[in-house]
Amino acid sequence: MKLSVNIAGVELKNPVMTASGTFGSGMEYAEMADLNRLGAIVTKGVANVAWEGNPTPRVAEVYGGMLNAIGLQNPGVDVFMERDLKFLEAYDTKVIVNVCGHTVEEYCEVVEKLNDTKVSMYEINVSCPNVKAGALAFGQDAGVLEATTKAIKAVAKKPVIMKLSPNVTSIKDMALAAEAGGADAISLINTLIGMKIDINRKKFVLANRTGGFSGPAVKPVAVRMVYEASHAVKIPVIGMGGISNAEDALEFILAGATAVSVGTANFTDPEASMKVIDGIEAYMVKYGTEDIRSLIGAVS
Amino acid sequence: MKRKTEALIKEHKEISEGIFSLVLETELAKEACPGQFAGVYPKDGSRILMRPISICDADESSLRMVYRVAGGGTKEISGYKSGETVEILGMLGNGYDLEALKGKRVLSLGGGIGIPPMLYLAKALKMAGIENTAVLGYADNKTFLKEEFEEQCGTYVASMDGSAGTKGTVLDAIKENGLEAEVICACGPMPMLKAVKEYAQEKGMEAYISLEERMACGVGACLGCVTKTVKKDEHTHVNNTRICVEGPVFDAKEVCI
Ligand SMILES: Cc1cc2nc3c(=O)[nH]c(=O)nc-3n(C[C@H](O)[C@H](O)[C@H](O)COP(=O)(O)OP(=O)(O)OC[C@H]3O[C@@H](n4cnc5c(N)ncnc54)[C@H](O)[C@@H]3O)c2cc1C
Ligand SMILES: Cc1cc2nc3c(=O)[nH]c(=O)nc-3n(C[C@H](O)[C@H](O)[C@H](O)COP(=O)(O)O)c2cc1C
Ligand code: FES
Repeated sequence: MKLSVNIAGVELKNPVMTASGTFGSGMEYAEMADLNRLGAIVTKGVANVAWEGNPTPRVAEVYGGMLNAIGLQNPGVDVFMERDLKFLEAYDTKVIVNVCGHTVEEYCEVVEKLNDTKVSMYEINVSCPNVKAGALAFGQDAGVLEATTKAIKAVAKKPVIMKLSPNVTSIKDMALAAEAGGADAISLINTLIGMKIDINRKKFVLANRTGGFSGPAVKPVAVRMVYEASHAVKIPVIGMGGISNAEDALEFILAGATAVSVGTANFTDPEASMKVIDGIEAYMVKYGTEDIRSLIGAVS
Repeated sequence: MKRKTEALIKEHKEISEGIFSLVLETELAKEACPGQFAGVYPKDGSRILMRPISICDADESSLRMVYRVAGGGTKEISGYKSGETVEILGMLGNGYDLEALKGKRVLSLGGGIGIPPMLYLAKALKMAGIENTAVLGYADNKTFLKEEFEEQCGTYVASMDGSAGTKGTVLDAIKENGLEAEVICACGPMPMLKAVKEYAQEKGMEAYISLEERMACGVGACLGCVTKTVKKDEHTHVNNTRICVEGPVFDAKEVCI
């Protein structure tokens, strides 16, 4: 039985990774989850310098999910390389670094600094809804997305995954723009923009007013978008959005995802991603599936 | 070692209006120390995040938590019966540094639902031979845990409506009773913690305060639960720190509240 998949020449031992921002740099979960089992770890977004992030409250629970407006707080790429990357080197898993920035130059600066490290791939966050000027704009206009992808590809020495925003009219157009810009893969979905109001205090629950909606409740939207995107492009698609068990993950794979990420579910169960791997194996045994790749896009 | 684990409910009862005492049998109990908390997971799948609740007491094999029904999650949890199991994430947070309190007189202040963790602290201080006086602030005369504090240490009470003890806040009770100490440990609502921080500064006392913030992961991964800090934090490299890992107990001088 073969669980491994290949994304832009990078072989993952299985198609399960952790979604950016929900698993720290792996360090925070290392005592609770077996990092060596993961296909890849996708780190929290990292910028060229440290970012303070947004005021609190930054998180709120909503029915079947949550909102977050962390604001991409991160210690900056230098600290990240010195501490987080060093830590991850001890593990037998692929490392995908999620990169954020306010400008194309900032993205490129991070990528260039990481070019000579053991990082396997970059995931470019052009879709964070919680940062004022910038990020989301890169991900909401097909022309800007294509140009941004090109600029990053020009400096990147490792495969580039463009992470798409679901807050667009046509996910297909955005997927095509990333592909046209030379992206090696795309990942989706980032969070949907949401809002929660405390009716007793007549106040916004989040200091940022709006926040990114994630968790089980977003899954149907995410599966539909992964289906549409993967049928539009030839490059591999990494699917995520509400995956909390193997059944969820398999929906994404059947919809067309080559790999999947477990995000918010890590908060509900630190071992959620390991259980997804176990469950995919059990499914393959049950249906006599020899190679997971035969399931990719197999929905009809 | 932090982990998510299934715990058996040994005892669960309402000890005051809307305030519940939950005793769980779990091997995590061995690792607990005062000031720490655990995340209790609701079972309803629409609620995906743990509810952070402080440890009110612990022995070798059980944890006690005392919580107020604040919203849907705690309402659901309050319906769990003894004999059932519940999933918890623990042990979380840093807790009080008892070494730093040795040889000093401590005033431990609890306000409202900030009272429960101070009971565990009172027990630990007594065991360590550290002089401690508790001051408990309630809204009215519906007090809870008061008798249990009295078994551990000198205990004073304040209530906002004046129906129990000193009328006013815990600080009013301190003043009225002329209480003195070198260190304050406090847990309670933000206005109380702000006043405590100011009071300690004025009197030149050390103060350790326990902070609350909305949490998602509880283990330092999501950066949801930060509080502003005076200095750059060693982990985040910016002027804020994670309450779930570096806290919830902080030296009042080091955080901007
Ligand atoms: C470190 C720490 C220790 C705590 N210790 C205790 C304790 O010992 N006893 C006690 O009664 N309460 C304690 N609380 C507060 C308790 O966590 C909340 O009252 C509880 O989470 C409310 O959940 P709910 O579903 O009933 O409310 P809802 O308002 O429906 O909850 C919605 C979401 O907001 C979160 N939330 C709501 N209020 C708070 C709050 N005040 N702080 C943090 N998150 C909140 C919930 O966890 C949930 O994710 C503590 C909080 C923290 C951070
Ligand atoms: C607390 C939190 C922080 C996140 N931070 C990032 C981030 O830094 N970069 C990024 O590209 N996506 C970030 N995301 C989005 C997730 O990686 C993922 O795309 C999204 O949450 C959908 O998946 P899920 O429903 O499984 O969580 C974050 C999500 C959450 C909940
Ligand atoms: S709750 Fe996630 S970092 Fe504290």
